[in-house]
Amino acid sequence: MTLVGRRAAILLAALALLALAALPRLTADRRILTWALLILLYAALAQSWNLLSGFGGQVNLGHAAFFGLGAVITRTLWLNGAPLGLALPAAVGVAAAAGFIVGAPTLRLYGPYFAIGTLAVAEILRITTGNLLPEVSTLPAPLLASYELAPRYYLALGVATLTVATAWFLTRSRFGYGLAAVREDEAVAEASGVRTFPHKLAAFVLSSGLAGATGAVFGFYHVSFYPQFAFSPLWTFDALLITFLGGVGTLWGPILGALFFLPLREVLALQPRLIEVHPLIFGIFFILIVVALPGGFVEAWRGVTHRQRLRESHPA
Amino acid sequence: MTTILMQNGVFGLLVGGLYGLGAVGLSLVFGVLTMLNVAHGELIMLGGYVSVWLFVLWGVDPFLSGLVAGPLLFLVGAGLFWMLFRRLIAFREEMKIKNSILIGFGLALVLQTLAITMWEADERAVTPAYAGEVLRLGSVVVPLSRLAALLLAFLVLGGLHLFLTRTRRGTAIRATAEDEHGAALVGIPIGRTFLTAFALGSALAGVAGALVSVSDAISPAIGLHWTLKALIVIVLGGMGNIFGTFLGGLFLGVTESMSGFLLGNAYREVVGLAMFLLVLSVRPQGVFTR
Repeated sequence: MTLVGRRAAILLAALALLALAALPRLTADRRILTWALLILLYAALAQSWNLLSGFGGQVNLGHAAFFGLGAVITRTLWLNGAPLGLALPAAVGVAAAAGFIVGAPTLRLYGPYFAIGTLAVAEILRITTGNLLPEVSTLPAPLLASYELAPRYYLALGVATLTVATAWFLTRSRFGYGLAAVREDEAVAEASGVRTFPHKLAAFVLSSGLAGATGAVFGFYHVSFYPQFAFSPLWTFDALLITFLGGVGTLWGPILGALFFLPLREVLALQPRLIEVHPLIFGIFFILIVVALPGGFVEAWRGVTHRQRLRESHPA
Repeated sequence: MTTILMQNGVFGLLVGGLYGLGAVGLSLVFGVLTMLNVAHGELIMLGGYVSVWLFVLWGVDPFLSGLVAGPLLFLVGAGLFWMLFRRLIAFREEMKIKNSILIGFGLALVLQTLAITMWEADERAVTPAYAGEVLRLGSVVVPLSRLAALLLAFLVLGGLHLFLTRTRRGTAIRATAEDEHGAALVGIPIGRTFLTAFALGSALAGVAGALVSVSDAISPAIGLHWTLKALIVIVLGGMGNIFGTFLGGLFLGVTESMSGFLLGNAYREVVGLAMFLLVLSVRPQGVFTR
């Protein structure tokens, strides 16, 4: 990217953040605010997956576990009278600690075993949660009466900003370069002095902590859900799909992906005949991207601009 | 007490045979292609539906449906390989595994949703006339249909073993698994061997699904359950080792049913998964390997 391009991007990001921060003052329409909240939430979830799996190349199929931990812990503490200022950080702390506990043994495993090991962890937590908390969790009447969307929206905005900022840090820090080296070739990275395991573990803790934060916002936002639902593999799948749509291992990918995914899902859900098949369409989308366009939207865009530049510098 | 333990052990063995059969196809595909198809459980689910529909529509015995489900899933597997997994062959090993997992993850969602839209989310069961019959060994009860399913699973694995060791096609598959480039150098058609191995793995999932339908309910959502079982079994038995896989299946079945008895049924699945993580971190090459 040229210098002008980078300045423009920073300016654009600042403007977008300002506009998003002002949104609840600009509109009182609950639908618009809910939409924006969901896009921010999914962008944050996808970006948190992207931190370890995109930038670090370690495919985590159990991301839902950390999202679920965040959601259920916040929810339980909050409904039992703990202030939100305690419930949210506690959930993030537990999710990050779980990332450390899960990551320490599994990140030493050979490629596919890491992916299926994390999948197994998520299933263990999902089943156990279903056993321990089988009842649906609904907000009690007084909380429902005082329910306000704006604070939830600001929390989602905060978490999304935090994950994007973390990803931005990965694109331009020594730690981020080390992680990229691990992704490209672990043996070569190790040989050139990158301590691969601590890099992977730190990325896992960041990724799971932020997934926990996203889950925590979900647990605070959502009126009624089964605790087990927060651990559903669908959360992992949505994070993967959004990241791959936009561009895996890129800063903007998860944001673009979320901007595309949620409206499309909504459009499909509005068609009575398509309501059941929308996972089918997204599944096919996902497979096509993995097979045909592994870089997602971001890569496709880079391809276009790159070819343009080639044409300009090498006129036929 | 001993009777209950014995009974649990017998049930564990009977279920475990199916776990073994469910896993062997996945193990074969991984051993030959270094691709991990995490939609394997969904293929088992499809095999189960073949048996359910044959029974519902024409009253076909579920033990015979395997003869249809196998070839049908062979074709499905060949199609999936041709459309999707074939494109990964040229990648280096790590990318190949990673992308095959990703494709499988998407494929699992697609197949599950397809099954829901075509056949609804209900659980379906096959109930032939002999469904409730049992064999009594002293005080221990052995359901006949489950026993037959176990024997059949063992026969299928024996047949697979003979195919892989006694035929040219099978030897080609083993040679390719051993050394892809070496196999290509001595004139083995690698592309066709990959296709055969993948389709054969899917056919095994189809047969396993038909046998599962004898004793368990079939629904679109069972895929992940069977994929996880297959992965656990493979880790126990070691990748690409048929009899190790079968042994791993029996071991998992017995462990689950014992822990279900000792800790309560709600946690039997959790114990299997926890054992899987333990084995992964201590002995990732498998328990039943040399």
